[in-house]
Amino acid sequence: MSDTEQTPAVPAQAAAPAVETVDEREPLLEVDHVTLRFGGVVALNDVDFTLYKGEILGLIGPNGAGKTTCFNAMTGIYQPTEGQIRFRGQKISGKKRHQITRMGMARTFQNIRLFPEMTALENVQVGADAHHKTSVISALLRLPRHWKEEREGREKAERLLEFVGISNRMHEFARNLSYGEQRRLEIARALATDPALLCLDEPAAGFNPAEKEELLQLIRQIRDQGVTVLLIEHDMRLVMGVTDRIVVLEFGKKIAEGLPAEVRDNPKVVAAYLGVPDDAA
Amino acid sequence: MTTTIDPPERRETAADKLRQGRHAISERWHHAPRWVRWVLLVAVIAFFYALPNKEFYQYLGPIPTPGANFTQVMFTVSIYVLLAVGLNIVVGFAGLLDLGYFGFFAVGAYTVAVLTSPSSDVKTLWPWLLVVPIAIALTMVSGVMLGTPTLRLRGDYLALVTLGFAEMIRIAAVSSEFLKGQRGFNQIPHPPGEYADGRPWFGVLDARPYYWLVLTLIILVVIGVRNLTHSRVGRAWISIREDEDAAQLMGVPTFKFKLWAFASGAAIAGLAGALFAGKQNFVNSQNFELLNSIIILAAVIFGGSGNIVGAIVGGGLVAYMIERFRGIELFGVELYEYRFLFFGLVLVVMMIFRPQGLIPNRRRAAEFKDRRKEVIVGE
Ligand SMILES: Nc1ncnc2c1ncn2[C@@H]1O[C@H](COP(=O)(O)OP(=O)(O)OP(=O)(O)O)[C@@H](O)[C@H]1O
Ligand SMILES: [Mg+2]
Repeated sequence: MSDTEQTPAVPAQAAAPAVETVDEREPLLEVDHVTLRFGGVVALNDVDFTLYKGEILGLIGPNGAGKTTCFNAMTGIYQPTEGQIRFRGQKISGKKRHQITRMGMARTFQNIRLFPEMTALENVQVGADAHHKTSVISALLRLPRHWKEEREGREKAERLLEFVGISNRMHEFARNLSYGEQRRLEIARALATDPALLCLDEPAAGFNPAEKEELLQLIRQIRDQGVTVLLIEHDMRLVMGVTDRIVVLEFGKKIAEGLPAEVRDNPKVVAAYLGVPDDAA
Repeated sequence: MTTTIDPPERRETAADKLRQGRHAISERWHHAPRWVRWVLLVAVIAFFYALPNKEFYQYLGPIPTPGANFTQVMFTVSIYVLLAVGLNIVVGFAGLLDLGYFGFFAVGAYTVAVLTSPSSDVKTLWPWLLVVPIAIALTMVSGVMLGTPTLRLRGDYLALVTLGFAEMIRIAAVSSEFLKGQRGFNQIPHPPGEYADGRPWFGVLDARPYYWLVLTLIILVVIGVRNLTHSRVGRAWISIREDEDAAQLMGVPTFKFKLWAFASGAAIAGLAGALFAGKQNFVNSQNFELLNSIIILAAVIFGGSGNIVGAIVGGGLVAYMIERFRGIELFGVELYEYRFLFFGLVLVVMMIFRPQGLIPNRRRAAEFKDRRKEVIVGE
């Protein structure tokens, strides 16, 4: 794992490296003092952080810290009890889930949620359809728009399956893919929606070190294509190796934020992770 | 790459071999050269166009129905096939449980009755052909009205509301003065057209022209449905059936597409209702028992939901079987009286031996195969 090839996009107050451009510091996602309660459970407690264009931000924390809940609030599954989330300067609240996706936010799921009885190709095509306009009339009458979008969507889906390395499984039903292939397929499907921000919820869960290394490369490539990445991950080594910055949650609260090295040495973070030995791998 | 553990291999049973045999047929179809498929398809279609001719069906052994006019039966069967194709969109593709599908059929039939029959209060007396598009449009509107509040909700609400809807239509038909109850509407005009000598194409005695008309419309509807399912629309429907949340998060406007599924299904039922009214000449409240909704749903599941051919075969076989029992006596009782008992029995046997339906959607077949695996893992 080499950290050298990375140019961390640092927050405004930190010393900016020479390569940094104004564009890279443009905020993409602002989680603005968000609190989210489930009855008595406070899943997110005044969480506040900003994600800048072009960076890979790690969101870490022990089990039950509220990481997935944070994704769910961002993608419109839950409404924050307090505070708000802005994406590309626009408020998320009140927007429908598919509208948020069309605005450029895509995600994968901690528990894989593919469309099991669709082929790998069709799964990705559904993602590509997010920006398509073919409706019942143009599909029924096979109008030119249908053919055009069908061809585009298929080409895009094939390209993305190639990109994540499972194009040989294109016509297989998603449920017949291996676990690792399913995780990759989820990434391809999310990328098909042309996201500006890709949120990955523990994409390496259950992977062996070699697979993790491959995934790391993949995430870097995605970033290099101009997609901002928000990564939830338990594996500290993986997080340290790929992220530009890290936000740490514990019991719904942000306990640290900063460069990977800073976070690693932060006593609060060390304490949070000490109690959870199986995450220290 | 893989981190999951595959279940241990199991020794093949006879049932497995049988299943593979059937699987092989579908595989063979999908891998057959294009021209072979076309020839077979044309042959099947030609067979069904020829079927209601006595010169043809008298050679078909036990197929003609002993207790009923076979051409009339074939008309009924064709209507059921059309309905099954429509309901398959809603249940099979979009995964929405619609228990009151026959209600839309009733809306179609009554629209035609009210706007064409001299016994109707409105006395418009419009020709049948003019009213057909109106009937389809009205059924679609009723589908949208029913779907708009309920399709936003998840779970079993839709099943309940659709059930209530069909019952509501039936009760309105029975008791509302406007819909004429038992007395019904008579002299509903037939479809237009006449031969050179002035005889109408669509007469009273011969059911064949009606059957041919429905058959032709089935072919057109199937082409339309196929166009939809092989497009963004069909992918959206299936993704909703598979995982509605994930579909939304992948940018599928799920409500819109569920409403479209519902409206398309309703439109097809409306068309079927209009055809039925145009043939029957008479429509009254007895035509719309709730049981019909259940039969069509059972037919779709029986045939293999999510598969157009399955729906056609299911709808056709179920409607045919029910009629086939007419006039057959066993130990002094007419089998027709026990048709639903038998029908229920067949369904139970099906659920045990072939839960994915006669001609399953290939996706569904995979799903059920995997479920078997899961059970084995659990053992
Ligand atoms: N729908 C819900 N209803 C009630 N409580 C919930 C709900 N979703 C999450 N929680 C609670 O919120 C807290 C945060 O859960 P969350 O899934 O966000 O944690 P996480 O950081 O993703 O953990 P993990 O690493 O295990 O995935 C947990 O205490 C969880 O029980
Ligand atoms: Mg989680």
